[in-house]
Amino acid sequence: MSDTQPNIRQPRGGEAGTSTDGPKIEIRLENLAKRFPGQSEPAVDDLTMEIPQGEIVILVGPSGCGKTTTMKMINRIIEPSSGRIVLDGEDVTKVNPDQLRRKIGYVIQQIGLFPHQTIADNIATVPKLLGWEKKRISERIDELLEMVGMDPGRYRDRYPKELSGGQRQRVGVARAMSADPDVMLMDEPFGAIDPITRDRLQNEFLRLQEQIKKTIIFVTHDIDEAIKMGDRIAILGEQSRIAQFDTPERILVNPADDFVADFIGRGASLKRLSLSRVRDVELHQWPTTQEGTSHDEVRRLLEGSDKTAVLVLDEQRRPLSWVNADHLRRADSGRSLGRMGLPPDAVVQPNATLSDTLNEMLTARYSTAIVVDSTNAYQGIVDIDTINATVRSMREAEQGRLRGSGTGDVEPADEDG
Amino acid sequence: MSTTSEAPQGEGPTRAVDPESTVSPHAGHRSLGGYLLMPLLLTGVLLLVWWSVSTRDLDAAEQGRLSFENIWSQTQGHLKLTAASTVLVLLIAIPVGIMLTRPFARPITPLAIAFFNIGQAVPTIGLLAIFAIAWGIGFTPAVVALAAYTTLPVVRNTMVGLRQVDASVIESARGMGMTKLAVLTRIELPLAVPVIMAGLRTALTINVGTATLGAFIGVDCLGTLIVSGFSGNRPYLSIIGGLLVAVLALLVDYVAGIAEERLRPRGL
Repeated sequence: MSDTQPNIRQPRGGEAGTSTDGPKIEIRLENLAKRFPGQSEPAVDDLTMEIPQGEIVILVGPSGCGKTTTMKMINRIIEPSSGRIVLDGEDVTKVNPDQLRRKIGYVIQQIGLFPHQTIADNIATVPKLLGWEKKRISERIDELLEMVGMDPGRYRDRYPKELSGGQRQRVGVARAMSADPDVMLMDEPFGAIDPITRDRLQNEFLRLQEQIKKTIIFVTHDIDEAIKMGDRIAILGEQSRIAQFDTPERILVNPADDFVADFIGRGASLKRLSLSRVRDVELHQWPTTQEGTSHDEVRRLLEGSDKTAVLVLDEQRRPLSWVNADHLRRADSGRSLGRMGLPPDAVVQPNATLSDTLNEMLTARYSTAIVVDSTNAYQGIVDIDTINATVRSMREAEQGRLRGSGTGDVEPADEDG
Repeated sequence: MSTTSEAPQGEGPTRAVDPESTVSPHAGHRSLGGYLLMPLLLTGVLLLVWWSVSTRDLDAAEQGRLSFENIWSQTQGHLKLTAASTVLVLLIAIPVGIMLTRPFARPITPLAIAFFNIGQAVPTIGLLAIFAIAWGIGFTPAVVALAAYTTLPVVRNTMVGLRQVDASVIESARGMGMTKLAVLTRIELPLAVPVIMAGLRTALTINVGTATLGAFIGVDCLGTLIVSGFSGNRPYLSIIGGLLVAVLALLVDYVAGIAEERLRPRGL
C-alpha cells in the first residue's frame, strides 16, 4: 500500500530517475523524538526517515549519538516521546507492543540466548508465542539451523553455553528469523565476536540476505562494517540527526559535509574495495587439471604455462590442491594428484568483497584467490593485478570527479597508497 | 581460513569452541560417594546415640522420655513445625521478593527490607513470647515466629536471584514479544531458581534448629526433650535431644541440597 507514497528522497545510487515510484517503503519514522526523564537534551530529536523494503539500512554514528535508541523505538523497547512509526503502511505507535515485537526480528550484541533452554527451544520462542503447531515449529527449527549453517541433529538439543561465540550469534539470528518477520532489527550483532569469525558471519549473513530479502535496520559504530553490510547508510550525528542517508558508494564518493568525511576517515578508495565484489571483476584463468590426470600430462601442462603450479580439481570441479613440479618429482607415479601438493587456501565466492579477497590473497600462495561458485566449483581466479586495476580505476574516477565537479569542500582523496 | 568459501556446514566456525563449552550440563551433580557420605555419618551418630541410651542405667522418667514412641512423636512434631513455617516463608517471601524487584516497587524496597530485617533482628525467643501473649501458646504462634525469622533471607535471595539474570536475556525476551508475566515465569524465575533455592535451604536449616524453641510455648518437639533435661536436672536428656536436633538439621539440609541440585535448570 505504501507503493502510493510519492517521491522517495534517497534514490539508489546510479539508478536515480529510472523509476518514479522507487522501492516500496517498509518503515517510515516521522518526527520521532525521545526525551529521557532527567535529561535536558533529547536523545533523539525529530528524526524522519524512510526505510525501503528488502534493504539493509545501517544506522552508524559515534557512540552516544542515539542510534541504538532510534532502533529500539522501532519495536518500542524504548517508547518514543513523540512522533510516529509507520510499519508497512500501518501506524504502530500505539498498538500492543508485545504483538508488534512478534512481527519484528530482534538481534542484540549480547545475543541474550536463554541459558536454561535448548537451542531448539530458544529458536521456538516466537513461533510458540504465535501458537504454531508443534510439528511446524520443529520443522522450522531444522530449517533455520540449516540456514545458518548448523547441523540440526547435532545442535538442536544443546544448551547455549555449549556453543562458541560465533555459533551463539548464528542461533541468535536464527531465533530472530523464526517466525519469518519482514523486518529485523540488529543492534551491533557482530560486535562481540573476534574479527575472523565476524568477517565470516558478515559474509554468511549477506549471502542469506540475498535469499531472504528482509528489511533490516542494522546499528553499528563501525563505518567499515556499515560500508560492507549496508544497501544504504544513515550517518547520524548528535541526537540522531541524519548527516547523510545514501548508498555506501555515494557516501564514499560524495560525503555531504565535513562530519561525514571525518567519520568515513581516510582511505576512501581502499574502503571502496568493500563495495566491489568478485562477481563485478573479470576473472582470470589458471591452468587446471582433473584429479585423475597422469603425472606426465601435468608436467607437460606446467611446461607449457607461465605459472609454477597447476590447480587440481575433483570431478565436481572443486579445488583439491596446488601441485608444482617439485611435488610431482617427490611423489611416486601412482599417487593421486589430489593427495599431493598444497591445500587450496584463499577460496572465495562471487559475492565476496574485493577487500576480503585482497585480505585472503595476501596470505595465500601464488598471490591469487580461487573463485568458486555456490557449489564450490572452480570459476577462475582473482589476482593482485585485478585488485590493482580496480583501485586505479576507482581513483581515476574520483580524481576526475574532483577536477570536474565543483563539490568543493572535500579533501583530495588520493591519500591512500 | 577463507572468508566465503565454506559451504554452510556445522563444522566451519565451530573449530574454536569455548573452553567452557566442554562443561557438561550435569556438572553440579556429585558422585555416588558424595551422596552417601552424609547419610552414613548421620546413621553413625544415631547408632552411637542408640548404643548410649540402651547401655545406660536410666531412671523411670528418663526411660519415658527416651522411649522410641516419645522421640518419634517429638521428631514428627518438630518436622511439622519446621515444614509449616517454611511453607509460610515460601508463600510470603517469594512473592514479596518478586514484587520488590519490579520497577514499580523501587521506591519501597528499602522500607520493605527494613521491615523484614526486624523479623530477623529481634531474637526469636522474644518474638515467641510476644506471639504467645497475642495468640496464646501453641502451634500457630510458633510457626509465625519461626517464619518471621527466616523470611528476610529468602526475600533477599529471591531478589538477588532475579537481579542477577542477565539484562540482555530479559531484553531479548521482551524484544521478541514475550509479555512481562511470561518473561517472569519462563525466563527470570527459572534462572533465579538456584539462588532462591539456596535461600530456602538456609531458611529450612535455620528453622530446624530454631524450632526447638517451640518447646517454650507448648509445642511438642525435640526441644521439649532438651528443656525437660534442664528443668529436671537431667543433662543427659538435653545432650541426647541436642544431638537429635543436630542430626535432623543436617539430614534436612542434605535433602534440601539434593533438591537444590535437581531443581537447578539444565544448561546453567
